[in-house]
Amino acid sequence: MARALINVPPKAKRGEVIAIKTLIAHVMESGFRHTNTGVAIPRDIITGFVATYNGEEIFRADLYPAIAANPFLTFHTVATESGTIEFKWTGDNGYSATEQVKITVE
Amino acid sequence: MVAAAVAVATVIAVAFSAAAPVLTADIPREKRRSTYEQMSPATKAMQDEDTANPGMLWVLDGEALWRAKVGAAGRACTDCHGEAPQSMKGVAARYPAYDAKRAAPVNLEGRINLCRVERQQAPAFPLEGKDLLALTAYIARQSRGLPIESSDKRLEPFIAAGRAIFQRRQGQLNLACSQCHDDNWGQKLAGITMPQGHPTGYPLYRLEWQTLGSLQRRLRNCLIGMRAESHAYGAPEYVALETFLMWRARGMPLESPAVRP
Repeated sequence: MARALINVPPKAKRGEVIAIKTLIAHVMESGFRHTNTGVAIPRDIITGFVATYNGEEIFRADLYPAIAANPFLTFHTVATESGTIEFKWTGDNGYSATEQVKITVE
Repeated sequence: MVAAAVAVATVIAVAFSAAAPVLTADIPREKRRSTYEQMSPATKAMQDEDTANPGMLWVLDGEALWRAKVGAAGRACTDCHGEAPQSMKGVAARYPAYDAKRAAPVNLEGRINLCRVERQQAPAFPLEGKDLLALTAYIARQSRGLPIESSDKRLEPFIAAGRAIFQRRQGQLNLACSQCHDDNWGQKLAGITMPQGHPTGYPLYRLEWQTLGSLQRRLRNCLIGMRAESHAYGAPEYVALETFLMWRARGMPLESPAVRP
């Protein structure tokens, strides 16, 4: 189950600054931990996040092992036109998740 | 002279008998505080907003499990209970509840597993596993804001047993739960403010754990901190403690799934 929580206002005025909040379920295993028997737990983290607004990139972040599980990322953008905001997370072991949210700009 | 000495002795005796119960007295209703009130504004904001509260990820999973047909009976929770927002409203606020068949209280996780084994004829979820936490979180979410209830007379011996554990000194540090959570709440223990220890938000997302956990996991945490022997998940000692703690927090609103530091 790819699980993500996205908070984008469904409607906005043209030119308005809107807050976008994203939360995705991921263990963010740092690669620095060991099991009880001393075996290293391999790194398994999200390494990149990109948000696009009608295909145009508006936000990008690189993630590192020190970031906690279930990373919460929030940022702002200017509501320019109606359309789709797409979020893409990529990471270790071929991890990839995408979410889309529609926004209406009046 | 003798009379005066007797009078003094009486005064001392009265003072002692009055002082003794104060040490282990329950926190009066108006002084009860959820740990929420001690949290930073950032952590409060995280709990308050559903799209920022990581506990909601488990609630989403729990909703999927609620609708999934499982076991030999091929039945989903929804086939008997219908829609959780109606049927499960207030349920979590009444658990642990007395089970007449077992003549003992059963907590919410225990009730889910009994339902799975007896009604759905499916294997019980492992305690503290992701699925059981998810389903518990989904059910507990339906009672958010409702007051905790504990009025079943049949629970009284178990509340008393839980209270005895709560007030018993144990472990290498020779501490009782009540010494921190009844007698010294609000004071500092190293860098943190000691909470009253009301279980108002379970299962909850603890930032330290980086995951959702049950009240029993939290109790285990405290016991290890006291260097006392912890019990296996589901042990009657834990259920008795849960029963006592919910009675102790009766009337306080449920916050599940809460966020704690």
